[in-house]
Amino acid sequence: MTLFEKIWRRHVVLEREDGHALLYVDRHYLQDGSGPAFEMLRRRGLKPRVPQRAFAVPDHYVPTDSRDLATLRDPANRRVAEALTRNTGAAGIARFDLSDARQGIVHVVGPEQGMSRPGMLIVCGDSHTSTHGALGALAFGIGATEVAHVLATQTLWQKKPKAMRITVDGTLPEGVTAKDLILAIIAKISAAGAVGHAIEYAGSTIAALSMEGRFTVCNMSIEAGARAGMVAPDDKTFAYLEGRPSSPKGADWDRALARWRALGSDADAKFDREESLDAGSIAPMVTWGNSPEDALPITGRVPDPASAPDAAKRESMLRALDYMGLAPGTPLTEITVERVFIGSCTNGRIEDLRSAAAVAKGRKVASGVEAWVVPGSGLVKAQAEAEGLDRIFKEAGFQWRYAGCSSCLATNGDTVASGERCASSTNRNFQGRQGPGARTHLMSPAMCAAAAVTGRLADVRRLA
Amino acid sequence: MQALRQLESAALAIPRANVDTDQIVPARFLKRPRSEDFGEVLFHDQRHLLGAMPRGAARIVVAGRNFGCGSSREHAVWALYDYGFRAAIAPSFGDIFRSNALKNGFLPVVLAEEVVAGMLQVLARTPGARIALDVERQTVTAPGGAVHHFDIEPFARQCLLEGQDELDYTLTQADRIAEFERAYEAP
Repeated sequence: MTLFEKIWRRHVVLEREDGHALLYVDRHYLQDGSGPAFEMLRRRGLKPRVPQRAFAVPDHYVPTDSRDLATLRDPANRRVAEALTRNTGAAGIARFDLSDARQGIVHVVGPEQGMSRPGMLIVCGDSHTSTHGALGALAFGIGATEVAHVLATQTLWQKKPKAMRITVDGTLPEGVTAKDLILAIIAKISAAGAVGHAIEYAGSTIAALSMEGRFTVCNMSIEAGARAGMVAPDDKTFAYLEGRPSSPKGADWDRALARWRALGSDADAKFDREESLDAGSIAPMVTWGNSPEDALPITGRVPDPASAPDAAKRESMLRALDYMGLAPGTPLTEITVERVFIGSCTNGRIEDLRSAAAVAKGRKVASGVEAWVVPGSGLVKAQAEAEGLDRIFKEAGFQWRYAGCSSCLATNGDTVASGERCASSTNRNFQGRQGPGARTHLMSPAMCAAAAVTGRLADVRRLA
Repeated sequence: MQALRQLESAALAIPRANVDTDQIVPARFLKRPRSEDFGEVLFHDQRHLLGAMPRGAARIVVAGRNFGCGSSREHAVWALYDYGFRAAIAPSFGDIFRSNALKNGFLPVVLAEEVVAGMLQVLARTPGARIALDVERQTVTAPGGAVHHFDIEPFARQCLLEGQDELDYTLTQADRIAEFERAYEAP
């Protein structure tokens, strides 16, 4: 059996003839975009069935220049953020408020607190819930109606996805990170490459990744179209979880550990699909277009639509180049940027900030560039400050801000202006994602820092 | 949820792959309450995608692969629905979008890439060409009259046909959930 199959089976409450299963949810995360689901419950006169399995933290709508909701310029944003307090308060759902030092992006906070653990079935009304799969959990994003369904019943109907394994072997070259790896995977299999599948990432490269690197990889599974992404739990996973506030303690820990050790896919497990990649062949990646699949090594050039395999692809490339303001054949390292954003549930953890700070140290943000660092959580921020990373960033000319989703999708007003080009450590380069007309290039945090100090997309390996 | 049994309507072509939910509804409109008209903000920053037909004239979208990829925002379905659409035809859909659609009386139809490409060609020549859908028979009748079968999970089909809600059904199974919980040892 696969890791996925083992977790799936444990959570089946009911099965219908058509293969749909009613699954029991161990952990339900809520954020400040969850208002519509609570409204659905109210309209039907329903209450949360198991409030202690839910946990809430505001992240999408919170300001990152202060910890005071009153500083949000748009009163509608404030109402959304405040609704979470009201809704979860009335339901008896635990929550970290904005004033809590542990507040942050839900996909950073959950693992940090030990609330996401191996073998769990985890859902959240946010597509990047796949992040938690890095701990050996089955975790996926759901819509508002499904959030209401989980609140009311602690269960969810699901069509069983197919199982896919992506095996990555070898050593990632110097300067190449988990972000480059997942961008290379998406470029290879396409943004729809894993639709209908739950991905298990395996191989020596994945085993060698830190937990934080695994979070980054699993986080962007959705950008390959996957329902979920996961990594079998190992000693690294257990070391990460041991001692965290919500992790089991004492004899409970020992029992949990015994169960977790049996979760990995069996040697003879069958996958519906297999893909493989050689880690040694991967270079630092950047995106040039409006889909995460539009990723190339930084040593490349903006592609030429004339070389597209068919008319539809040619048109889509022309549209992307027009939106992005790029000419075919331009070396990627000649593309200048006005904005840099380091943060998000993809790359807002301490190792991400360390790698960016290592590049920023002793350098200055290029003139005409506005560069932001937004830690993934208050605890990441505190850790970074204890290590002096905030000083490095500030001395280099970066803005050091408070935790939240911020410019990844700009729901809180942290937009990138129309026509501005942003080197971003986030997950989506869609048209308008960071604001109407904003031009996003996805890359690793270290590559973002390299872009900040050079004023252009830059090969971090060449910054001596 | 409104039932959907049959539909015969002009179709709107969006001949693009990877139309993501950020394009369908930009994030800055997600704070609107559901009671507001999301049709107003459908493709807000690319309104030209909605073509020249008056709102409500076309009730079916035909698009390239991976329609509705990206964010889990159900608002994407609400915006299509409020504008007047009841179905989309594409070679594939974002998984979460597809699931959200079925919970709102909006039918996502997956047809083979070449069949969809053919429909897009017809719609390019004849904007507003008509397509017919039959949920019960699981068929799509293309503008030229060719009939294609589509797959849909039996329960989702039943919910669409009867305008029935998944949650109502699950609530009738509360005893089974309680029974599961009694025996359940958390991982």
